[in-house]
Amino acid sequence: MKRLDKSPTGIVGFDEVTNGGVPKGRPTIVCGGPGCGKTMFALEFLVRGATDFNEPGVLMTFEETSEEMSKNVASLGFDLQKLAAKKKLVLEYVRIEPSEIQETGEYDLEGLFIRMQHAVKSVGAKRVVLDTLEAIFSGFSNTGMLRAEIRRLFRWLKDHGLTTVVTAEKGEGTLTRYGLEEYVSDCVIFLDHRVTDQISTRRMRVVKYRGSSHVADEVPFLIDERGFSVLPSSSMKLNHEVSSERISSGVKDLDEMLEGKGFYRGSSILISGTAGTGKSSMAAHFAQETCRNGERCLYIALEESPAQAMRNMRSIGVDLEKHVRKGLMRFEAWRPTQSGLEMHLLQIHKLVEQHKPSTVIIDPLTSLMTGGRDQLHSMLMRLIDYLKMQQITGFFTALTTGRNKEIEETDVGISSLIDTWIFARDVELNGERNRCLHVLKSRGMANSNQIREFVMSKEGIHLLPVYVGNGTMLTGSARISQEARERAENLQRQQTAEEQQRVLSGKRKALEAQIAALRLEYAQEETRATLVKQQDARRERELSEDMLQMESFRSGARRGKIGGRNGKVEVEHGS
Amino acid sequence: MGARTGVKSKKPSANGNGRFLELRLYVAGQSPKSLVALANLKKFCAEHLDGQYELQVIDLVKTPQLAQNDQILAIPTLVRKLPVPIRKIIGDLSDTTRVLVGLDLRDKAGAE
Repeated sequence: MKRLDKSPTGIVGFDEVTNGGVPKGRPTIVCGGPGCGKTMFALEFLVRGATDFNEPGVLMTFEETSEEMSKNVASLGFDLQKLAAKKKLVLEYVRIEPSEIQETGEYDLEGLFIRMQHAVKSVGAKRVVLDTLEAIFSGFSNTGMLRAEIRRLFRWLKDHGLTTVVTAEKGEGTLTRYGLEEYVSDCVIFLDHRVTDQISTRRMRVVKYRGSSHVADEVPFLIDERGFSVLPSSSMKLNHEVSSERISSGVKDLDEMLEGKGFYRGSSILISGTAGTGKSSMAAHFAQETCRNGERCLYIALEESPAQAMRNMRSIGVDLEKHVRKGLMRFEAWRPTQSGLEMHLLQIHKLVEQHKPSTVIIDPLTSLMTGGRDQLHSMLMRLIDYLKMQQITGFFTALTTGRNKEIEETDVGISSLIDTWIFARDVELNGERNRCLHVLKSRGMANSNQIREFVMSKEGIHLLPVYVGNGTMLTGSARISQEARERAENLQRQQTAEEQQRVLSGKRKALEAQIAALRLEYAQEETRATLVKQQDARRERELSEDMLQMESFRSGARRGKIGGRNGKVEVEHGS
Repeated sequence: MGARTGVKSKKPSANGNGRFLELRLYVAGQSPKSLVALANLKKFCAEHLDGQYELQVIDLVKTPQLAQNDQILAIPTLVRKLPVPIRKIIGDLSDTTRVLVGLDLRDKAGAE
């Protein structure tokens, strides 16, 4: 089966919502109340056709002159006169002035057909815009004829394969005031402009699209200096590519808590906490880390001006100005109340497209919560989807107002969209308030379950392990005093040990001295004993010599020698 | 302009009621309505204008570019270019009274 041919409008987001644009070669009706943007839509369809798709167009206006129209869209950067001069566009103003017309007898609108035909032929038009066709109802009294002629006109446009956009004013309880939708049955788009809480939002709905699937929801759209942009609620599939590359958070201690590697590239990170828990500082560190790696970072500040934020970050040793000058970092700040959520989203889209960052930081996200949480949720979903599609890491901070348990519940609305959720809280203890931080969840990694104390200094952020002992958790000076106490105790223990050591070594020395004295005494004894022995031996020798002498002296040479048998001699001598 | 067809013109004369009309009739080819309108107009001119007019018949099928100047939508359309302000009468001109009103000639016509 042949699929319905579509003609891309070139309008940002619209072609996605309708899976390709408006029906090719058929009329599409764009209706809505005054100021809903239908003319803008039609014009952009025409201009983009002429500039981007090489499809010349005919603009037939019934209410505004060509000059007025050209002026109106000049602010969007559309130069109708130039396009007309280049034969890309025909501007045909059809003026209807009922006061100067008198009807007498039968007539038809052949003149309109002739003009249309002529205009289409002169540039070889593929696209036609009729803005606002219904104005002809005010000029002619014969509505039966008018309806027949309108039917004929649409027939004619279809027969000539012209992709047409017809704008029409909304009626009471009907899509269009004159029921034009009965003639244009292929595609009907309804635009709406409403103001909620003083903030205007524009929404678009594809009421009908014959033979094609489309997003049936109301989708927000914007008209700004770039033209018409439709923001699809979210891509219907969750099929973005994922990266397993890890990137540092810029805080070494935090990386440590995330398997020592940091975040996943392209993931969404939320750091939430009460006021003054260091969320922005974490964001600044992350921004700095991105730029240090030579990557681009987009920092959207919704509470501080860029200058103020940068000054504040300098105090904790983060110099973002350097990176801004280098062009790696883009610092954008605006008041969250200045426009509706869609405008914020679009602004972010635009900045991302211009700057092409690898990380986007929004500080704080909760400032956008002007339009209620439901809206924020859907906007965030769109934003996160958008960032993920492009593998951009999103780092958001969120200010929470409650305490403890409540806080975690408050953010549940957005937590499901977040991959890594870091929670900063303050702990009040002993008249102090100290910052603590823990990783609430981090998809796809074994994150630390520790609560760390968050300390900011000129050298940046450090996450200290908190003192956990005796069933309590101590932070700040309580931790410091506890640590001091422990140090004192340690010192004391050490001193006692040293003292004992000293005593012991004294004892040892004394004993050693005693031993030395005893040894000396023993040695002396020994010497004396040897001496005595020697003396004895000598005396004996002398004695035996004496005896020999005496013997020889008494018996002359009778016995000669007595050999070695002194003992015998001695005994004999002694007896 | 060569595109103009069926030009019927008479020189303005000093006599008459002093009103000189410059008329254009826009038609689309030989469509029945156009033919009826042209016939009705000729009759009207002969009866009411006493030669104090100039008429151009413009066929938009041949010269579509001329439709824009006089902002022609309906066919047939009779345009009174002069005297100003411009007046337009659409339809086949079958109702003479309405044509007189449309050309702002009623009072004079009644006075004649």
